[in-house]
Amino acid sequence: MQRRRSLSSVRSPISWLSCLSAGAHVAFAQGPQTTPSILAPESTPAHEIYGLSLFVLLITGTIFVVVAGLLTYAIIKFRARGTDDQHEPAQVYGSVQVELAWTVIPVLIVVVLFLTTARIIFAIQDAPKPKSALDVTVVGHQFWWEFRYPKYGIVTANELHVPVSTAAQSEPVYLRLLSADVDHSFWVPQLGGKTDLIPNHPNEMWIDPRHTGLYLGQCAQFCGIEHAMMLLRVYVDTPDQFAAWVKNQQQPGVQDEKVAAGRHIFETQACMNCHTVTGTVAKGTFGPDLTHLMSRATIASGAATNTPDNLRAWIKDPATFKPGSLMPAMQLSDEQINQLVAYLSTLH
Amino acid sequence: MSTLPTFADETVRMPSRGTVAMVCLIVAESAIFTIFVVAYVYYIGRSTYGPTPQILNVPIFNTICLLSSSLTIVAAEHAIKHGHMRRFAALWALTMALGIEFLVGTGIEWRKMIFEDHLTIRTNLFGTTFYSLVGLHASHVIVGLLMLSLVMIFTLLGYVEQSHAERIQVLALYWHFVDAVWVVVFTVVYIVGR
Amino acid sequence: MADQSLPISGPLTEAYPTRGTFLEWLHSWVVTVDHKKLGILYIVYAVFFLLVAGAEAMAMRIQLAVPNNHFLSPELFNEFFTMHGTTMVFLVGMTIIFGIGNYLVPLMIGARDMAFPRLNAFSFWLSAFGGLLLYFSFVGGFGLYGMGSAPDVTWWAYAPLTAKAFTPGHNTDYWALSLIVMGFGTLGAAINTLATAFSMRCRGMTLLRMPLFVWLMIVTSALTLITITPLTAAQVMLIIDRYLGGHFFDAQAGGAPIVWMHFFWVFGHPEVYVLILPAFGIASEVIPVFSRKAIFGYPAMVAASVGIAFVSTTVWAHHMFTVGMTSVGNTFFVLSTMMVGIPTGIKIFNWIATMWGGKIRFATPMLFCTAFLFQFLCAGLTGIMLSIAPWDWQLHNSYFVIAHFHYTLTGSFLFCMFAAFYYWYPKVTGRMLSEKLGKWHFWLFFLGFHLTFDTMHFVGILGMPRSIYTYEADRGWNTLNFWISMGGFVQAIAILIFAWNMIDSYRRGKEAGNDPWDAWTLEWSTPSPPPAYNFAEDPVVRSRRPLWDIKHPNDPDWKYER
Repeated sequence: MQRRRSLSSVRSPISWLSCLSAGAHVAFAQGPQTTPSILAPESTPAHEIYGLSLFVLLITGTIFVVVAGLLTYAIIKFRARGTDDQHEPAQVYGSVQVELAWTVIPVLIVVVLFLTTARIIFAIQDAPKPKSALDVTVVGHQFWWEFRYPKYGIVTANELHVPVSTAAQSEPVYLRLLSADVDHSFWVPQLGGKTDLIPNHPNEMWIDPRHTGLYLGQCAQFCGIEHAMMLLRVYVDTPDQFAAWVKNQQQPGVQDEKVAAGRHIFETQACMNCHTVTGTVAKGTFGPDLTHLMSRATIASGAATNTPDNLRAWIKDPATFKPGSLMPAMQLSDEQINQLVAYLSTLH
Repeated sequence: MSTLPTFADETVRMPSRGTVAMVCLIVAESAIFTIFVVAYVYYIGRSTYGPTPQILNVPIFNTICLLSSSLTIVAAEHAIKHGHMRRFAALWALTMALGIEFLVGTGIEWRKMIFEDHLTIRTNLFGTTFYSLVGLHASHVIVGLLMLSLVMIFTLLGYVEQSHAERIQVLALYWHFVDAVWVVVFTVVYIVGR
Repeated sequence: MADQSLPISGPLTEAYPTRGTFLEWLHSWVVTVDHKKLGILYIVYAVFFLLVAGAEAMAMRIQLAVPNNHFLSPELFNEFFTMHGTTMVFLVGMTIIFGIGNYLVPLMIGARDMAFPRLNAFSFWLSAFGGLLLYFSFVGGFGLYGMGSAPDVTWWAYAPLTAKAFTPGHNTDYWALSLIVMGFGTLGAAINTLATAFSMRCRGMTLLRMPLFVWLMIVTSALTLITITPLTAAQVMLIIDRYLGGHFFDAQAGGAPIVWMHFFWVFGHPEVYVLILPAFGIASEVIPVFSRKAIFGYPAMVAASVGIAFVSTTVWAHHMFTVGMTSVGNTFFVLSTMMVGIPTGIKIFNWIATMWGGKIRFATPMLFCTAFLFQFLCAGLTGIMLSIAPWDWQLHNSYFVIAHFHYTLTGSFLFCMFAAFYYWYPKVTGRMLSEKLGKWHFWLFFLGFHLTFDTMHFVGILGMPRSIYTYEADRGWNTLNFWISMGGFVQAIAILIFAWNMIDSYRRGKEAGNDPWDAWTLEWSTPSPPPAYNFAEDPVVRSRRPLWDIKHPNDPDWKYER
């Protein structure tokens, strides 16, 4: 019994230590990873938070060791033993000095923690915005992300492309966060803390990713039935890759006569009410802009990979991947869907 | 439990349970009103369309009536404490009349706002916050009047005696609270918010 | 006791009248205004819904044990986590604290009943029916995809998701209405507790001689008055928006969803202190008795409790660090949240100091209280971590937060409730709970609790957000989720053992007598169970531990207490 009790108090420090060492190992891993861990920061805000968290962990860990140690000691030393006499122990009602001591020390710890925290809050929230910053407007929808680049005149969805930011060439991305319906939250752990998207309450956050690659995240504020499937993909590109991507996104939708039948279906069925394809009559904004659908790796905000089969299944019935999605099943025949998919597959 | 030491010199003075309960109720109700007042204040000037607080007529007469009813109820408490039951009944009835006048006046004010100024609870933010806050207060006046009328009936039937003075005092506390809330609501809606 | 002469007419041979028929027995429970019976009703209600909400949790954990699972549909999962949270906070937490308070407060202060027995009954039935209304939602209406109309908007129901435009069904209405009804019941119980504690104490019992549990019930009840009411106000506003066309939270009319957040958390944060303060009171009764020492620093404990209540009303926006408050606003709430940790820490130190130098007996109540001390320490420290706003920008709405508040609610609150059960069950029923089953319950629950909630901290750190019915298989969360779910099963088994213990010991438990634990407060001076009138003679006290004074006439407390 005694051994088990001390095990419980030892287990927690060990789990903290292993967490720390795992975190340190992961932190030295350069670049994005499929596990969106807050211990693998790849952007200045995330780094600042990570550093602060290690400091706080050190302090709270010490407090834990001291207090849990005292408690463990008390449990072992002062337990009743069969050999005890039957007298009650000495009754101690209190001590003003002791009370003062263990009030003053926590106050001092709080002061230290508070000042450290305040510094980081101001460093992140009130960081001056450099001229080289790229502005992206993020609009949260049920259950997808809209991204607008005012400088380039681009509108896209679900997969955010940003240029890499290095110490030499700093180009942070300032995200302006809006919502078209309910509350959402933009969270890509490796790139920074989350910030909420609240209707009628524009928010701002910034990231400056240091390594190229794909970073994963998802909506972090419950927004309805398919909140779990409102995933985020952030592609951090080299300057060349980014320029090429921008150039492609700026082109109007591809007009290929071979798939005219599919385009005709797109424009006459209700698709155009919700979706936009530049260069056609489709100018709907309720759903994602599909002009460059084929430039994206996933559909339905990450719910499925972007393959013709998945597209077919999605259009036939969105509930296949996302039951509760606001896109209705359009009751199209299989032939219509095939033509539609053929058309969409040309939208690079 | 047979041999606990008894110390005849020790007495602990304790408040009456009715007073404690009423004070607690008042604290709780104050919290509700605070939330509605905060919402009202936060939304001042934020209606994007529709009638503004300029349409409000300051209800001076109503306010005088309601606040005077606090004075009459104090006088009534005094009367019953000293056993003047007829004076108590008269002052109590006067308190009720002043309360009823306040409600009638509020009704007239709302009638004007709804039918002439076309302001309802669904019109805009001002409508929503105004009718909610003033309506919440008016509902408390109604509840207070219901309690007062119960006492009135019992008094007229002869069941209320001088020994009930403390219970009357507890009820009067509620009425004073309703008046105090009106002071706040009046200031926020008709002075600060306009 | 029962045979002493008293100014009560009639014989006093029986504590309760003979049982009569089943219907008569049932009727006596339905119409009762006796604080002890109402306390038991509250507690039985709470334990029932503990099992229901626990089942909801188990269903969710089965769904999340593997990625892309199809055990629960998204709609049902969303209903379950909303109902699990709402049930645990309101139908289990609030009812059990006022149930235990109802039972014990009059006994501990030497009174015969609560100040307002009929208000007491009214409050219970309001709460009970409010809760039933909440659960009626599952069957009351077809709902989305035929899943019934149970609330599915999370237990904090942010606007504008709750607007008619986004939640056209009745889910949100059930949530708002049932909680408004329950809120009135809670208010009644709080008012009653305050009136009782201030106005009905026996002779000699000054405020500073009351048991700490009574103090904590006073502070809890006072805090409740200004905690539950903001929720009621906000829910009335929500209903005005949904049914009268109001615009309180309507962004298009200039309203602000953020106002809902502020109002909700002005309720929501002090609410968790309303829940934990009675648990502190229980610990403050159990730990001294089983350490064989008076509580260390009684005045400091009172001051710390009052301090916690006051400071807890200033911290609410630490739930809103990510909504875009200014840096100054965020900084203020960081400071206030850290401040509330100070009196809380002081209490932990006082409990340890009570054990220090004692002769600790590790009966089941003390096992639960000892685990509570470790777990509450951890909970407080993860709370400090969450109070660090930048770190919270990562941890908010992740499984780290869920782990933190389950450490406070399950690991601290529930563990203290279990301690209370094992400690006072003998008083309520006259029989001891089985120590053997108690230890099985404790160790299994302890194991399962740590397996689930220790692991949960890590899956949150690895980026898993909350309120999701499934997760991607390639994010590295699979194994951790599996073990979290396994821990849930272990806890479920422990709870079943506990339920069996309560039922079986009622008939076959060892007879308890008045004072099986050799304790010191007034409730232990009555028979077990106490008669309807509690005390044959009005007690008179001279110190904080009247029974200690009787048992130690050469060394009574009143010689040493200030």
